[in-house]
Amino acid sequence: MTSYALVDSWTMTRRELAHWARQPVQVLVALVFPVMMLLMFGYLLGGGRGVEGDYLSYLVPGMLALTMAFGLEGTMIAVTRDLDKGVIDRFRSLPMASGAVLVGRASADMLQSALNLAVMLGAGYALGWRAHGGPGALLAAVGLLLLLRFAMLWVGIHLAMVAGKPEMVQAVQILVWPVGFLSNAFATPQSMPAWLGAVVEWNPLSATATAVRDLCGDAGATSASWAADHAALLAVAWPLALTAVFFPLAARRFARLDT
Amino acid sequence: MADTAITVEGAQKKYGDKKALDGLDLTVASGTVQGVLGPNGAGKTTLVRILSTLLRPDAGRIRVAGHDVVAHAREVRLRIGLLGQHAALDEELDGRQNLEMFGRLHHLGARHARVRADELLERFGLTDTGRKPVQRYSGGMRRRLDLATSLITRPEVLFLDEPTTGLDPRGRAEVWTSVRSLVGGGTTVLLTTQYLEEADRLADRVAVVDGGRVVADGTPDELKRLTGGDRVDVVLRDARQLGAAAALLPVPRGDVAVDADRRRLSAPVTDRMAALAGVVRALEDAGIEAEDIALRRPTLDEVFLHLTGDDRAGHHRMEEAA
Ligand SMILES: Nc1ncnc2c1ncn2[C@@H]1O[C@H](COP(=O)(O)OP(=O)(O)OP(=O)(O)O)[C@@H](O)[C@H]1O
Ligand SMILES: [Mg+2]
Repeated sequence: MTSYALVDSWTMTRRELAHWARQPVQVLVALVFPVMMLLMFGYLLGGGRGVEGDYLSYLVPGMLALTMAFGLEGTMIAVTRDLDKGVIDRFRSLPMASGAVLVGRASADMLQSALNLAVMLGAGYALGWRAHGGPGALLAAVGLLLLLRFAMLWVGIHLAMVAGKPEMVQAVQILVWPVGFLSNAFATPQSMPAWLGAVVEWNPLSATATAVRDLCGDAGATSASWAADHAALLAVAWPLALTAVFFPLAARRFARLDT
Repeated sequence: MADTAITVEGAQKKYGDKKALDGLDLTVASGTVQGVLGPNGAGKTTLVRILSTLLRPDAGRIRVAGHDVVAHAREVRLRIGLLGQHAALDEELDGRQNLEMFGRLHHLGARHARVRADELLERFGLTDTGRKPVQRYSGGMRRRLDLATSLITRPEVLFLDEPTTGLDPRGRAEVWTSVRSLVGGGTTVLLTTQYLEEADRLADRVAVVDGGRVVADGTPDELKRLTGGDRVDVVLRDARQLGAAAALLPVPRGDVAVDADRRRLSAPVTDRMAALAGVVRALEDAGIEAEDIALRRPTLDEVFLHLTGDDRAGHHRMEEAA
């Protein structure tokens, strides 16, 4: 049985890739949208509040982290769509490795997010952004970003199964955006009212953004709060904690879809 | 293969306080077609989902193809095919992609999965659908592809949950033809339906399910005999003549159902043509004018009226002739 786990997971991943091949425009939009956000916040809206020094070196890491966090939506939409169509029923009535459905979802979403990162880094580079920490630090930064995305994956799968219908995803989307913007992606917590700044400091997204800034040698963030000083630690701890909570929830919920 | 393909003993399933299955018993012999007939909410889908390991029963002993559905779900899954009430396909992919994917998940291997996909597309008349995604298929095409998908491994036991509900007559005929051609191959089929006609055409035996239990089980002929077989319906021009007309029908007075609102009489008949001729002549002789006279098979409502003594279709309420 375990010998089929890999084969089945690969079949399920191929299924997601086949969906991409059917929807090339959607894939392209998903890749271009974060770049447009980057351009919008970087140039249209001018510098971020409270940022000293080069705004681009502050903004690019923030946008990278934001893109990973917003991956949640894509995961939720895909999962609810499957549940709604009843195709999950057929998967569950087959003698395939249990879990391959979730692994397929996970691989496809992680692959998409890795592509997203590559495009964003390329765009940032074209705009003049540089990773000053060297290739090793950049790799570590990408690792932290993908770790955040990995946590969002399980949060998304779980929320999608709780929500059930695609219509419900919209309700969750409305909640995702404030959480995304209540972060230090665009502006420093110091520029905000104290209570809001505290919330923003502890946002998992902020931790990853700050850690990536540190790794890429951004000088703009000059805060001295505990959360900012231990950003790398939090950028690891937060996703691990979220995964520790939501992975078992999602896996159990999936196994018990029937009851 | 054992003589019995499906054994269900005392199956129970509750959703909250609602009993979907309430001690259901059923035995299906290998190589036969078992119909499961019941109205909305009878528990048909619940039964099929339990038999196909998608749902855990609260209680009961349930074996499919020689294996317990709870303890050995995987063994069961290796031997069954499922056509759910709603299409279980990947709508974004085309027919071939669906068949290949499900073939791989059955562990046929890439090449064998491709060959099998070709065979099934050919057999179900879907070869020329090309790269069209399933979401653009017609209802009948989708149902055929769904059926093809459930046959990838030539299952020992095949479950079909309302395979033709929502199809037009042509789509229905297509599915019926496909199912009938399967039965020759030794597959055991359990088919749920709301249509007596469908059970009649396809099933060797029919279990009538209501309120989560089997209320009658037999061959279609046995069931129809139980229900009184064919019926003749007479609609009169004048409702005041209903009583007189009821007395003329060649059946005991107690068997005639009278629907005063619709000026209609309904009675069971044995010899169809003779009964029709007899009724026409008797009414003519008595000078009673009929608007419509028709022979028809008993409806599901009437099966239930008879089997449960419970008139569940309020709008078809008929009063016994006084
Ligand atoms: N997931 C569920 N949650 C709560 N109640 C349910 C659920 N599924 C079914 N039921 C209830 O259980 C009973 C049996 O449902 P089931 O779907 O098995 O009936 P059915 O015979 O297949 O009906 P239909 O002809 O409408 O498909 C119904 O009263 C239904 O409302
Ligand atoms: Mg049903």
